[in-house]
Amino acid sequence: MNAKIDIRRFPGFSFATYLCLFLLYTPLIIVMIYSFNDSKSIMLWGGFSFRWYEDVFWGLEAPKFKQAAINSLSIAIGAAVTATTIALSAAVAMLRAGHFRGKGASLGLISLPLMVPEIVTAVATLIFFSAIGFASGHATILVAHIVFCIPFAYLPIAARMQGIEASYEQAAQDLYATRFETFRLVLLPLVLPGVISGFLLAFIISLDDFIITNFVKGAGIETLPTAIFGSVKQGIKPNIMAISTLMLLVSVVIVTLSYFANRSGQGKK
Amino acid sequence: MAMQDINQGKNTTTHTYQGLGPSLLMPTWLMIGIFLVLPVLMMLVYSFLTKEFRGGVIWEFSLNAYDQFIFDRGLFGDDPPKMEWTYIGIFWRSILQAGIATLLCLLIGFPTAWFIATRVGNSKSIWLFLITIPYWVNLLIRTISMKFLIRENGPANEFMMSIGLIDAPLQMINTNFAVQLGLFYSYLPFMVLPIYASVERYNFSLSEAAADLYSSQWVTLRKIIIPTVKPGIIAGCILVFVPSLGAFLAPDLLGGAKSFMIGSLIEDQFGGQAGNWPFGAAVSMILLSMVLIVLTFYARLQSRRAS
Repeated sequence: MNAKIDIRRFPGFSFATYLCLFLLYTPLIIVMIYSFNDSKSIMLWGGFSFRWYEDVFWGLEAPKFKQAAINSLSIAIGAAVTATTIALSAAVAMLRAGHFRGKGASLGLISLPLMVPEIVTAVATLIFFSAIGFASGHATILVAHIVFCIPFAYLPIAARMQGIEASYEQAAQDLYATRFETFRLVLLPLVLPGVISGFLLAFIISLDDFIITNFVKGAGIETLPTAIFGSVKQGIKPNIMAISTLMLLVSVVIVTLSYFANRSGQGKK
Repeated sequence: MAMQDINQGKNTTTHTYQGLGPSLLMPTWLMIGIFLVLPVLMMLVYSFLTKEFRGGVIWEFSLNAYDQFIFDRGLFGDDPPKMEWTYIGIFWRSILQAGIATLLCLLIGFPTAWFIATRVGNSKSIWLFLITIPYWVNLLIRTISMKFLIRENGPANEFMMSIGLIDAPLQMINTNFAVQLGLFYSYLPFMVLPIYASVERYNFSLSEAAADLYSSQWVTLRKIIIPTVKPGIIAGCILVFVPSLGAFLAPDLLGGAKSFMIGSLIEDQFGGQAGNWPFGAAVSMILLSMVLIVLTFYARLQSRRAS
């Protein structure tokens, strides 16, 4: 090896990386800081306080945001549970069921929600529900969320299942376990970190969605993102920054959990 | 796209559940088939129907939606057709904005991906984790944060004025630049991850060989590294370009009236003032076709490389 030049190092590349992190995090950190601003104006710094957090929970708009949060959470839990179940079933089919007709097309179908632009999905879903005369509301949001959560739940589950050797299941079957027992007692525990990770990602994707929800929600029902969007249209108020900070923390916590769920299993092997 | 990698990887496919494949996939087929494929087909149908003024459609075949996209026939629709540039202009601007955002992402994303991939041990996964976290933070909140940061009396302007970089606040919000910045900020992780995956597989003895033959670092980068990791670069560009093209939040919250993009045009037909469902469906179809063309092109490139 040539001692003089490190072939892996380029001048400026580390600078670009730090710039990248700086650009990604600065806006978020600024909003977090300003959410603790005591001033009514978003421009001046008036000292540190929790008043906007109090405002979020007990202020004038609190009932609106509370209802929106309940809607968001119930839809996210419903969508994540359903999408994860569907994705797990699909992963078993794709990775543990040998070859069958339509397998290739199935992979395309699972990834379809990722390929169709979100706004197109939103328009199509709105048109569909309106054409069959189904009233917009909780159910339409839930169904739309399940569909686009499926690939996000599928990816970690399939990645995990791919890494599990077939011999465990073969051993179980040699010892006369039924296929269902093999799944429940062998495959499922092994693939569980992937399932948890998939569930959490689906949950977050549903919780965060704005565009599709905005199209299919109809009047009268709001999720947190649509409620925030409605507020921001009249200008960024400090209480929005407090809500944003809270949602940001929820996302970060969930992603961290998902990250560790994914890693926990890898160490055991 | 990432999915193909997963299923074409090591062949650990087993046959424990032989024969159950179709029934295990049934929920997926039903869910995505009924609530995504069917709706897209329905949207295609709607794009050929007649508009109703309060939103919705009249079930009568019409080419008006597509006609309106290309031609201007006057207020009552009976003037001789002239070319209508408004909507084509919006598409063109969207392509341009998404293209600039993609280029910015590439400029920052490539060095970042390289830097992370050449770290050793555990720090690599921590770097990657740091890059992915912002992606999982609500896009709306990230866009609002950016709006807050770059607005006229916002922290970015104040900071630049306090260090004497500028004398008066820069007009950043409501410009094309703001939209480009917003798109760049939204999808940057999408650029880093696939390039990272490519650099991971890069064989560094190629660089050594080049260095031994007195190639300078930058020549090696240009002639050897970039051609080798090109699949990752192309994948990253597509992952940034495609969602940018149909983006709604960045142009709506950061751009002004002059930065209208496809996403806003579509939204306007359903939620906004215009209320023309067939036209909205037609614009969505055109956007979808463009995306599918890009993806097909990419898939063919992939399969040619594989063979």
